[in-house]
Amino acid sequence: MTARVDSATEIDVPTGPAHRDGGVAQATPPSPRRRRGNGWGARLEIALLVGPALIVFLGLVIFPVVMAAYYGFFSWKGFGPPTDFIGFRNYLTIVQDPAFQEAVLHNGTIVVLSLLLQGPAAFLLALLLNRRMRGQSIIRVLIFVPYVIAEVVVGTGWSLMLQTNGAVNDQLEKMGLGFLAQDWLSNPDLAIWTLMGIITWKYIGFAVILFLAGLQGIPDELNEAAAIDGATFWQIQRHITLPLMGPTLRIWAFLSIIGSLQLFDLVYIIWGQYVASTAGTSTMATYMVAEGRNAGNFGYGNAVAVVLFVISLVVALVYQRFVLRRDTEGAITGDQKKGRFQR
Amino acid sequence: MTAYPETAAAVLPLRRRGRPSKSPRLRAASPIVYLVALVVIGLMLAPIAYIIIGGFRTNSQITVDPSGLPDPWVFANYLDVLTGEVFWRQVLNSAIVGFATTLGVIVLGLMASFVLARYNFAGRGALYALFAAGLMFPLTVAITPLYIVVRSLGLMNSLGGVILPQIAFALPVTIIILVPFLRAIPEEIQEAAAIDGCSRLGFFWRMVLPLSVPGVVTVGILAFVGSWNSYLLPLFILNDQAAFTLPLGVQAFSSEYSVDTAKVLAFTSLSMIPALIFFSVFERRIVGGLTGAVKG
Repeated sequence: MTARVDSATEIDVPTGPAHRDGGVAQATPPSPRRRRGNGWGARLEIALLVGPALIVFLGLVIFPVVMAAYYGFFSWKGFGPPTDFIGFRNYLTIVQDPAFQEAVLHNGTIVVLSLLLQGPAAFLLALLLNRRMRGQSIIRVLIFVPYVIAEVVVGTGWSLMLQTNGAVNDQLEKMGLGFLAQDWLSNPDLAIWTLMGIITWKYIGFAVILFLAGLQGIPDELNEAAAIDGATFWQIQRHITLPLMGPTLRIWAFLSIIGSLQLFDLVYIIWGQYVASTAGTSTMATYMVAEGRNAGNFGYGNAVAVVLFVISLVVALVYQRFVLRRDTEGAITGDQKKGRFQR
Repeated sequence: MTAYPETAAAVLPLRRRGRPSKSPRLRAASPIVYLVALVVIGLMLAPIAYIIIGGFRTNSQITVDPSGLPDPWVFANYLDVLTGEVFWRQVLNSAIVGFATTLGVIVLGLMASFVLARYNFAGRGALYALFAAGLMFPLTVAITPLYIVVRSLGLMNSLGGVILPQIAFALPVTIIILVPFLRAIPEEIQEAAAIDGCSRLGFFWRMVLPLSVPGVVTVGILAFVGSWNSYLLPLFILNDQAAFTLPLGVQAFSSEYSVDTAKVLAFTSLSMIPALIFFSVFERRIVGGLTGAVKG
């Protein structure tokens, strides 16, 4: 911990070469100076060690993103250099396309429903499992299994089970609940709820594991003290557990929101690009792939990518600014001010 | 996510975390708790069981009774898949991509993290911030332009075209996990090594590598599982059946044999076995690594 604080201040100090060289650093022994001499040898080492990672990262992460912003201004089929500059027309088309507006609406729905469905359910499950019980570790593992399985497997399996003559309807019938049988996948009123069910099934394990880890960080003494003072179980959860779980819950919500905004695999595998829009499950990402690469309009696809990125970025920054802020204020305020650990 | 430096603290004590060593004062579980847990686990496992068991049925069994048990059990579907060349080729492709990605992420990530953690130089903070900012660019957002970059590198339809971008996109998380980890190695060790005549690189090789194994394992597992399951990138880069990885293969198989449900189920369940084995072996690491990497 101390090392962390020190290193944060370290970076701020404008260390000229003179400071970095031998004597000065040794004069301040408590500060965990990493290495003294920064001669040519050290510079070469730095270059050799960071170089490969930096090249790969700049070339394949940063460069494409920058290029997307550039390509987005062109009408471009993806062959040869883009020449047909059309300014903001791609962006105008995107904003006015009802298909894109629907996709945004679906993404918004998924964001909200994910939080409302998974959050409370996972929290209750974590509360339930956070006690002395046999087989707790195996229970945790089993709840987590769907999270580890590939989206493709999940999508293929669920789409087979949810056919009108599939296992789910059949099972309902066997249990005497035949009236509940539905056209789960293509009924536009229902499909988004089906998707939510699958998303919850796949990702709730992650939330439960995260919350359990958070719960185990809460000292028992607090609960005991409250119990002695006569608080009921639910009062303890409401006034002690929930506030103390705040940071964990907020981080989870952040990840869930970003994941929901970028949702692609499950929708594309289960519904495909065409059915997704008629069934009402299309997302910004499936729209991007369908209208961009699949339609051969790379200029347009890149513009959609930029819109998707900007929306995610704005949501992330707003969330960081207004929700996550209080978690980080105490711990790494110094870093926050410098924006070093800000996303 | 913001409190990156906390990660090491969260990852390091993994070994000790094993059993929830909570005091015995924690409320004991009642039968109702077990019942609820059983129901939840049933819900989580039923779809997986359906896929695996369905592979042991025939199509007519599935049509007549979609949610029944095999009667009799048939092994033809699994044998067909296992004796076919397609499945094994895709397993091989997925394995190559997975291991190459993992290796690349570990090697590049460890080298860069070592510098960021233990060298002093102007611009170190900026460099760290640059890598950390990579978290803002998930693959989904960058896929369209990335596809163009990979194409102009001439890497279409080659596994390298999947491996390199996967390494690049895994670097931010890797560096964020490893830097605090390497920073936590006491300065005294480095000084002692220096006194004993160990150069910086020698220190890296002889001390940092062995000491950073737990962090590296976490990072490697995240990279491997992510690569094994990845779908969007191979979908864009690999159009040639011969280069398909398992996720693409499962999807191609299920549309090609869409009438042969039983075989699709057999193929699908075989494709998840490697991931399930991997998960059961490294379960504690994966769970711990994910919560460690995420907890603030």
